[in-house]
Amino acid sequence: MIRAAQENKNTPKQFDVPQDVDNQWCPGCGNFPILMTLKKALTDAGCTPTNTTFVSGIGQAAKTPQYMNSHFFNGLHGRALPVATGIKAANPDLNVMVASGDGDIYGEGGGHLIHTIRRNPNITVIVHDNMIYGLTKGQAAPTSRKGLITPTQPRGVYDEPINPLTLAISLDAPFVARANAGDPKQAQEIITAAINHKGFSLVDIFQACVVFNKKNTYQWFNEHSYTLGPDHDASDRNQAFARASEEDSFPLGILYQHDRRDVFEDMVGVYDDDKRPLYQRETNQDVIQALLSTRK
Amino acid sequence: MSTKLSKDFTIVVAGQAGQGIESVASVLAHILKKQGFHTYVAKDVMSRVRGGMNSIMLRVSNHRSDAYCEKIDLFVPLDPRAYEHYSKRFTKDTIYLGVDDPENGEGKKKRDVIAVNFLQIAHDVGNRIFANTIAAGAILGVLGTDQEVGTHYLRSFFQRKGEDIVEKNITAFNQGFTIGEHASFQEDIVVTLTPKNDVEDYVFLSGAEAIGFGALAGGCNFISSYPMSPATGILTFLAQNGKECGVLVEQATDEIGAINMTIGASYAGARGIVTTSGGGFDLMTEAVSLSAIIETPIVVHIAQRPGPATGLPTRTGQEDLALARHGGHGEFARAIFTPGTPDQMYELTAHALDLADKYQIPVFILTDQLMMDSLYCVPHSALSKKNVQHYVEKTDETYKRYLLTDDGISPRGIPGHGNGLVHADSDEHTEDGRITEDMEFLRKEMVEKRLFKRKEHLMSCALAPDVSGNKKGSTLIVCWGSNKGVVEEAVSLSKNPDLKVAHFTQVYPLHKSVAGMLGSAHKVIVVENNATGQFADILEVETGEVVHERLGKWNGEPFSVEELTATFKK
Repeated sequence: MIRAAQENKNTPKQFDVPQDVDNQWCPGCGNFPILMTLKKALTDAGCTPTNTTFVSGIGQAAKTPQYMNSHFFNGLHGRALPVATGIKAANPDLNVMVASGDGDIYGEGGGHLIHTIRRNPNITVIVHDNMIYGLTKGQAAPTSRKGLITPTQPRGVYDEPINPLTLAISLDAPFVARANAGDPKQAQEIITAAINHKGFSLVDIFQACVVFNKKNTYQWFNEHSYTLGPDHDASDRNQAFARASEEDSFPLGILYQHDRRDVFEDMVGVYDDDKRPLYQRETNQDVIQALLSTRK
Repeated sequence: MSTKLSKDFTIVVAGQAGQGIESVASVLAHILKKQGFHTYVAKDVMSRVRGGMNSIMLRVSNHRSDAYCEKIDLFVPLDPRAYEHYSKRFTKDTIYLGVDDPENGEGKKKRDVIAVNFLQIAHDVGNRIFANTIAAGAILGVLGTDQEVGTHYLRSFFQRKGEDIVEKNITAFNQGFTIGEHASFQEDIVVTLTPKNDVEDYVFLSGAEAIGFGALAGGCNFISSYPMSPATGILTFLAQNGKECGVLVEQATDEIGAINMTIGASYAGARGIVTTSGGGFDLMTEAVSLSAIIETPIVVHIAQRPGPATGLPTRTGQEDLALARHGGHGEFARAIFTPGTPDQMYELTAHALDLADKYQIPVFILTDQLMMDSLYCVPHSALSKKNVQHYVEKTDETYKRYLLTDDGISPRGIPGHGNGLVHADSDEHTEDGRITEDMEFLRKEMVEKRLFKRKEHLMSCALAPDVSGNKKGSTLIVCWGSNKGVVEEAVSLSKNPDLKVAHFTQVYPLHKSVAGMLGSAHKVIVVENNATGQFADILEVETGEVVHERLGKWNGEPFSVEELTATFKK
């Protein structure tokens, strides 16, 4: 096992789980190409299993870390982002990745998304967007298109779908992109760029649910998306917002990217004079005693 | 009229929110301490930023008396409506110093008031903000204290605000002092309480600060919380002192985010705490369950206030014990501490952090509004340095986060420390932290380690209750948390020789001596600030013994020394 790890160093195989894992995804699931893409993108970005922590919530996409050879924290439904923020804050040396689904990040965890973008920790968030709930068997997701008939929306979805990209751009997220699992090469380039970007990076990645969403298939995603051309200026917020608003044919690529915002872990104070992660530090009892003395 | 203040006495300063009665109390407490007196300060505030009717009680004595009293010896109203509001606490000897009673009119006099219009005098000095300093001066004048000590304190207190502010405050103080001194002479008020001067090395701490200092000493280096009365003081304290003490402080945008962020930090090796009140803790309970299954330490401080829902936000209660005991789905081990003094708040917060880390579990500290908002005078020597133990281990390639071991405790690795991989999984999992549905073996083993083996560890180091009163008394009075001082004092004052007191600083799991203690008493009375007897329930379930009487109070006010003394005399 250790020898295999040596051989696989610096290849995507370093992220393969060395032992047999009982994968719970359906055959043909869009999560498979995303998993492969993630391993390649991480390797391209120079990440290793021991410096990478995957965080997820609950759902089929949220099982991604289970099939990844790295640290992971598979927590509660909707709560991946505060956990990821806490990990990054306690140890900024770690490369912190979130891989979870549209229901987890945009639905149950929607509030955390807003405030995590405001906080801007240097983490990369990959949202598997299949416009449906898979694990609970086919109910509407926050990204489900209007009219989609599901077991719990028999008259069709009537809520307006969330547009995660315009939401993120409106909050001035420093890296906002969309990829398509059906185009792994482009997806990999986008994710590598997201990992390399310092600050909160959101990648919404289209993915087909072959069992519960018969409408938004691989083919549908291919037919309803286009790749942003070289004329798109990703540093221009207005242009990014205009593009991100397009929903007849969805733009793929990096919509918005800038470095105008401070990063959370640089602002919290404890790393100003001491770069060591929190676990390496000792409490200075003398400082506490001196502080107590001021209360006389 | 002639009044003697020979024993400890109680001053109540009352006014609207925003009139600055808290600063009067703080100035008084500090100056009285410099003259050798102990002071305990408790707040009675309404849930509003302006207006309403608030008061501060100062209990002055020559020994520690940190309990709430009803009777008022010296009443200082800054607002005329205060008379009506606090009338049930007046005695025939109460001295009134401040704005006149509105019921004192032409031709009738309800009360003998030393009438002082603090606001008018303040206006004459230059600004109404000086009313507080004048009131402090007048009170100290009435008590016949050393004027120089007061002016000296004010000089150092206001120094950083400039000479002009210093001088005006001293002028205001002296004017108040002269009025008080004169009234004291006219009304023949004599203070014969002698200072003991052992208070010099004491420090002033609010309950919130006592928890905050305990967290610092216990090695806490991470807090994320959401503001909620009465728990916010800890977040504020750590934010003010965090950088200097190496604590990362982040105000979350809700309690769910707060506890998940702190658990994330804990997974990565930080030592984290969250502070909240009952309603906020409701939102956190799913993450408590998470902490248990991923075996990642978290300390939760719950400052209780009366519920349900918003309830009485600025009042006190002990209604969330059952919630702390059972909050979070599924079954797992936990420990709950209920300090009763500032010393215990300091000590047990540090202890809770250690225990959570040692056994990789959620640990609770329960306090309440009364304690959080009280100002205590505490011997500095009781707040000693702590030797913080570290339980994180360096991992290697064979590392398994949930390794099955004889003692049920898996070595705690963290990401980035060693060559191993650390898998935290909220699903039932293998030793390596991956999803499993092996119900024959792994499920049983994991429950065994999370619940049974850990509970055994916790029981073996559980804290015994503090026993006082007549240790051979046949009636056992049980209390927990903030009721320590008031119960012990009332038992002593009742002179009832039959009473033995047990104050619990750990209410779950219980020390092994508890069943015997309950069983050998003829009568067990449990005193707590709730309607149902939540600790009485725990005692009965855990020991199989019977609680004979549940003495509850749930109107939002603390028990007073007087009411419990009367009860215990029977």
